Amino acid sequence: MGSEFVMFSLTPMLIGVLASVACALPGNFLILRRQALIGDAISHVVLPGIVVAFLLTGVVAAIPMLLGAAGAAVVAVVLIEAIKRLGRIEPGAAMGVTFTTLFAGGVLLLEQSDTSSVHLDVEHALMGNLESLVWLRATDWSSLLDPWALAGVPEELPRIAVVCVGVILLTLVFWRWLKISTFDEGFAQALGLPVGVIGMGLVITAAVAAVAAFDAVGSIIVIAMFICPPAAARLMTNGLERQVWWSVLFAVLSAVLGYVLAGYGPLWLGGDNAVSAAGMIATVSGIILALACAFGPHRSRVGARAEA
Amino acid sequence: MTALIEALFLQAGYNAALVAVGAALLGFAAGAAGTFLFLRKRALVSDAVAHATLPGVGLAFIAMVWLGGDGRNLLGLLAGSAVTAGIGLLAVEWVTRRTRLSEDAAIGAVLSVFFGLGIVVLTVIQTMSSGRQAGLESFLLGSTAGMLFQDAIVIAVGGSLAVLATWVMRRPMTLVAFDAEYAAANGVNVPGIDRLMMALVMAVTVIGLKIVGLILIVAMLIIPPVTARFWTERSQSLIWYAGGIGGVSGYLGAALSASAPDLPTGPIIVLVAAVLFLLSLFLAPARGVAAAVFRHRRFQRKVHRRQGLLALARQEPIHDELTLRVLRSEGLIRADGVATETGRAQAAKIARDERRWDVAREIHQDTGLTGRYDGLTPIEEIFAPDEIAEFDRRIGGPRAIGEGL
Repeated sequence: MGSEFVMFSLTPMLIGVLASVACALPGNFLILRRQALIGDAISHVVLPGIVVAFLLTGVVAAIPMLLGAAGAAVVAVVLIEAIKRLGRIEPGAAMGVTFTTLFAGGVLLLEQSDTSSVHLDVEHALMGNLESLVWLRATDWSSLLDPWALAGVPEELPRIAVVCVGVILLTLVFWRWLKISTFDEGFAQALGLPVGVIGMGLVITAAVAAVAAFDAVGSIIVIAMFICPPAAARLMTNGLERQVWWSVLFAVLSAVLGYVLAGYGPLWLGGDNAVSAAGMIATVSGIILALACAFGPHRSRVGARAEA
Repeated sequence: MTALIEALFLQAGYNAALVAVGAALLGFAAGAAGTFLFLRKRALVSDAVAHATLPGVGLAFIAMVWLGGDGRNLLGLLAGSAVTAGIGLLAVEWVTRRTRLSEDAAIGAVLSVFFGLGIVVLTVIQTMSSGRQAGLESFLLGSTAGMLFQDAIVIAVGGSLAVLATWVMRRPMTLVAFDAEYAAANGVNVPGIDRLMMALVMAVTVIGLKIVGLILIVAMLIIPPVTARFWTERSQSLIWYAGGIGGVSGYLGAALSASAPDLPTGPIIVLVAAVLFLLSLFLAPARGVAAAVFRHRRFQRKVHRRQGLLALARQEPIHDELTLRVLRSEGLIRADGVATETGRAQAAKIARDERRWDVAREIHQDTGLTGRYDGLTPIEEIFAPDEIAEFDRRIGGPRAIGEGL
């Protein structure tokens, strides 16, 4: 069990957990600000951003891709605002117009350019390849202390770890600002907080988390983790601190359980092939949310009459 | 270029012609059905519905293979996708109604979870012996290569039914879209109409899977109505405008994609629709950006013209560049800033009207009439000629410029 687990399952599982947490943290605030679908929009526009970055630099490297995707996210947010104001169109429709158009542009660019030599295609972008991020140099648990083996961990792991730590730090440092501006924007403005900058910063942080996660696990997990764990957490408690803790717990639970079910579930059922881990993690997060919707202690609106 | 013209006139081969006609029909149906979704401000619910079709496609394939079939029957796949899309829709409604989560959170949760489940099902299919060449991934982004005549028939019949249903239900749906409470008070079954609207959206989504794919079908439901909204203020014509825009996008997009290699049909159709949207955003007559800029400019000119003339009447110097330019271009002042004959006449009229207003405010204590003073509306439009004559009598005879205001 030990050596095989470390070699084939430890790194993908860690990457899944880190990606889920990195997305769930900003997701808490997006949900409370009723911007849940920004995550959806971002994960669609990440594709054109990455393709443009690839076309400009000619390599599939982390930094240009991150920059390209973050740039695309900012462009999308600005476009949504512009369409909303210039055309006097409701936010949902403006968002729908923007992200579908950008996504279509991304697919077209991808088809037009010669990307067959590199690992860049739409299906990969959607589903990720969590299962392939194995740690081949590991032999057993002692490899965790072996520098040579550690140098061979898939490069996605340190990348997502850095982003995850960054998101956690940002959340901690700007906690008060985020909290005040999320719950009472007018009050935050009166205090002199840069409300617009906070909102934009949140979206950019979400975008960076989305891109880093996207690179490793595909965009489905990104959308699912932005929304499902925070939404389920929202039904568990009324306090923001506790909600964030719940969301982290749910995110970790989804990632671990989803990965295990995808890898070993089919074997238990008598099959002999694993199913998509990314898809399974999203599914598990959905099951957790469904359970929270059915049994969560704070599931109904305050003041709503009890349902029969 | 000739390839595009051939494709536009359906001369680019049997399959291309089939795809173009199918895409036009689909675009029309999607635009018409999407109109009410847009008016009801629930455009993004369609995104949840679209993503929720994926597990259905996969499960239908598995079921058909189990029953000994080929598994690639389009009707069967579409029926399966409709089932899970319906479940996804009910899930959005259930979460929104039963919990305190907002609708957008419910939409995001349903679309990601169902999509994830769909991916799981697809990977299961890949391990099946007959699943390797299933090509179900083509439902993600649509695939029109090798479209069969019977597929086109499915799209044509389904699209026509959707348009027909939209037309039949247009009155109650309009009522609900504009004022749901009023509709409910009038005895309209609002949840029922909503569900019907969603059923239409679901039908269009399912029909569009083959051509546009489930990620981009949302665009066909949202962009045409948003575009059409720039051109009309009437809901009846909005349906037809949106349908027309959707149809044109579908047709043009399919023709474009047939005219050159590496132009995937679905994304091209969406981009054609997006170009139409951008053109409308800037150029539409009443609601477009260009029209708004033009209106603003005209208003600005009117205000500056009036301020300039008032300054002339009071013999005050004018420093504002724009004011000087406006007055000069209308021949009211000379290049050196001295008022011309017409300029003095206009200034005298404006000064007189100001005095008339002063008198009017003394006579009419209520603000119903005098409150309409904005400096730009001519006094003749607000008071009757005999009233103005009365003001003039009180003011006294005409005075030359500079005698005081």
